[in-house]
Amino acid sequence: MTMTITEKIIARAAGKDSVSPGDVVFANVDKVMVHDVSGPGVATIFNDLEKEGHKIDKLWDPSRIWVAEDHFVPASDKQAAQNIGTLEDFVKRFHISKHFKYGIGQFGICHTLSHEEALVLPGEVYVGGDSHTNTTGALGAFAVGMGHTDVAYVMLNGTIWFRVPETLLFKINGRLPDYAMAKDMILRIIGDIGTDGGAYYAMQFDGSAVREMAMDERITLTNMTTEAGAKNGVIDPDEKTVEYLKARTSEKFTPVHGDKGAEYAKVYEYEAGKMVPLVAKPYSPANVVEARELTGVELDKAYVGSCTGAKLTDLREVAKILKGRKVKIRTEILPAAQSIFMQALKEGLVQIFMESGALVGPPTCGACCGAHMGVLRKNEVCISTTNRNFPGRMGDKESKTYLASPKTAAASAVTGRITDPRDLR
Amino acid sequence: MTILRGRVHKYGANIDTDVIIPGAYLKEMDPKKLATHAMEGVDSEFTKKVKPGDFVVAGRNFGCGSSREHAPIALKYSGIKAVLAPTFARIFYRNAVDGSHLLPIEITDDAYSKIEKDDELEIDLQNGQIKNLSRGASYTMKPFPDIVLKIIQAGGLMNYKPDKH
Ligand code: SF4
Repeated sequence: MTMTITEKIIARAAGKDSVSPGDVVFANVDKVMVHDVSGPGVATIFNDLEKEGHKIDKLWDPSRIWVAEDHFVPASDKQAAQNIGTLEDFVKRFHISKHFKYGIGQFGICHTLSHEEALVLPGEVYVGGDSHTNTTGALGAFAVGMGHTDVAYVMLNGTIWFRVPETLLFKINGRLPDYAMAKDMILRIIGDIGTDGGAYYAMQFDGSAVREMAMDERITLTNMTTEAGAKNGVIDPDEKTVEYLKARTSEKFTPVHGDKGAEYAKVYEYEAGKMVPLVAKPYSPANVVEARELTGVELDKAYVGSCTGAKLTDLREVAKILKGRKVKIRTEILPAAQSIFMQALKEGLVQIFMESGALVGPPTCGACCGAHMGVLRKNEVCISTTNRNFPGRMGDKESKTYLASPKTAAASAVTGRITDPRDLR
Repeated sequence: MTILRGRVHKYGANIDTDVIIPGAYLKEMDPKKLATHAMEGVDSEFTKKVKPGDFVVAGRNFGCGSSREHAPIALKYSGIKAVLAPTFARIFYRNAVDGSHLLPIEITDDAYSKIEKDDELEIDLQNGQIKNLSRGASYTMKPFPDIVLKIIQAGGLMNYKPDKH
């Protein structure tokens, strides 16, 4: 029986020869992540269990668990600081060594650390206490976001139930033109299939354009499968995947590949060469139009940040545009991890950003989820490299967020209006 | 399982987790305080109107967006017993069931369009029947998948003992 990569990974983890879409299985999990929002949630569940008389001496396997501080760091207020404390106690109590603490060496957004630090490997089952856990499927893993009850269950038992999803295959052929990015590609797809077009499916990407893409760009594709409602996003690993991971870890891994002739619920074909800069208008990531249709839209802020749009490749593209130019509106650039910040510094990107007038800040989810450090006020209009633009996502529920690629966000920062990078002189 | 009875609060499609509980409140660990902000993004009157046992009836893709379990928790502590919608976003659905916060009940698009705000519903979980007491109509709910039913009956995933792995 032929299987997709997603089916193969689940089958192996469930100890079965094969699984089919619709099957419900308990599968062994290889890696688990929590951050400063889901982690305190897990701690609360453990407290409640202990109050009910259950004893929790140890977790299933602390070496497979890692913890990120990203949503409310640097601590935005007393409650956030308290939650960080809860997380620290949790890490100590259960002897978790992979704790990416802000202010001590490497830290950053959880989904960025997962690939930067090679915390997840091809063929693994990875569960994270965050919806964009899908991101890490770009490495050829089965990566799924869950709530804190499910994560707590995994931490205790090392296993969790899954319904095997059907797979939608997106074949992207050709080559992206130099004014378009993976972000435009995934916005096109979400615009076409809608915010529930991938619901309960695995969204898999392939085709010559995807094979051509750097890992950072592939990550943008899988990251936003969440915005289409997908259970997971995945890319069958290739030499680029292996090369990327070998540069980051000495751990051995055996990639799992989908079978030739595997069945897909639907195959979509796209021509990368035809891509143009796109923008998702408020208040839905599926509300997609060409950037050129919005040229008149005046902006208050440009935001380059998040697990979607502040990887090294994203920052390099932004720097190409900002070099020798000045920003016309408030512009905030937050590299997605300390390691990326450092590399941007070495490459002179930070200098370019600051000379253009932009603010450069530490890695945090803060503004992406309207939590702190750059929250939008009523009626403010923002162009952003992030992944969501629901009402209130980045601040006041009457603020407006337009989602775009790093190139389009940078071009727009220069003019103060939504601008297709092709039109910047 | 029993019979639920309550009043309807009706909303549109794609009600996302940022609307159910905005990101700024995610650091709040007290569920009762979370509940004071439930549905803030779409209905600032919600918490004043809602009574224990009430239902949310919404359009397709309810709960899309983030994995925050704060969303079903905020609804639960505001008094909501069940959300009725033609489809749910998968993480919201899982959280609602596995965390034993509330019941995600799938209804037809037709039932969604016919149920109005403030209608009084009676849901018979045993027989999968929904009676609209205000309109003298009735609808069927989609049965819970086997595993979901077992987890609901166990009172959440933590109390559920799988037969075999
Ligand atoms: S950067 Fe934004 S989308 Fe990514 S994990 Fe943080 S809050 Fe979520």
